[in-house]
Amino acid sequence: MEWGAVNLPGMGTSTKVMAAGTAVKPMTVEAAEEIAAQDFASIVESHRPQIFRFLLASLRDVDLAETLTQECFLKAHRNWKHFRGDSSAMTWLMRIAINLQKDHWRNRRLQFWRHTQANAIGVDEASEWLPNGERNAEQQILAREQVAQVWKAVEGLSERQRTVFLLRYVEDRELREIAQATGLSEGTVKAHLSRALARVRAELRGTR
Amino acid sequence: MSLRDKLAGEIDDPMVAGALENFKASVDAWSEAAYSRPRTVVSSARHNWRLAASWALGCMLAAGSLAGGLYERHQRQDLARKTAMKAVQQKVALERAALEKPVKPTIVTKRQPTAVKRAASENEDLLATVDSDVSRQVPAAMEPLAQMMVDHGTN
Repeated sequence: MEWGAVNLPGMGTSTKVMAAGTAVKPMTVEAAEEIAAQDFASIVESHRPQIFRFLLASLRDVDLAETLTQECFLKAHRNWKHFRGDSSAMTWLMRIAINLQKDHWRNRRLQFWRHTQANAIGVDEASEWLPNGERNAEQQILAREQVAQVWKAVEGLSERQRTVFLLRYVEDRELREIAQATGLSEGTVKAHLSRALARVRAELRGTR
Repeated sequence: MSLRDKLAGEIDDPMVAGALENFKASVDAWSEAAYSRPRTVVSSARHNWRLAASWALGCMLAAGSLAGGLYERHQRQDLARKTAMKAVQQKVALERAALEKPVKPTIVTKRQPTAVKRAASENEDLLATVDSDVSRQVPAAMEPLAQMMVDHGTN
């Protein structure tokens, strides 16, 4: 079996087409677009909850997280033909989400914290959420306290540190992926993570 | 590799690792609940209906105000026309009446000098009566003084 590359006009990508022997079976533009649309639909289905979770943790505002998630996928859909697969689709989507979030912070600063300040929930309310695991009441209280302390530490992080921290410890992304999504070098990502962890540690030990 | 193992390998402090694990679990639970919550979608049909109703009401009010204004203006014009017609008719009637009736010449006569004199004397009498009435009405406290004046006058 052999794979041949076909350049599709309007798609901006080179699609590999399986062919018998040395002959390359041509693919119509419509067929390629249909496959691309199906691909995108499956990507939305599989990555949407993760993008939403990341934005929710970053903003602590459900409505805003939903809005930015929608914007993220709208932007991704518009630029889907430019996606060349240099990184994974998830990393690419995360990069869009981070940029949208940055724009939002910038606009929020211009708007004097008007919108988000009114809708974002507090640290205590955010820490109320815990899975119904096999824990007794004491463990639940302890876990809640710890979660509240981590939220408090996260609140005190810079925008970049927070993004890196959430990508690493909530989204479980590798350093390389974080570097790709944020546009930082791996060394810088490590430095941000180290500072964020130091802050969390200090908050948990009550030294801050 | 689970998150716990990963964190254990990366973070040497078990308390921090446990807190981060709880944090992730909390964010996951919150996100899942928020993601799967029923969303309230505002029906565009209802929204359109409301918009149309408000537009219709606004148009009706505007049309009503315009019609009311025009009616009022028409009424005023009509009233002014009627008043003007009435005034013209009255004028015409008066002119006709004046033409139909012979005009009596008004003769201005000079008053007789005797009549003038009589009227003047009548006025003087009247004023004298009033003066005497007023002078008689003297307060009780002034009575002795008035009496003296009378006595003085008579003497």
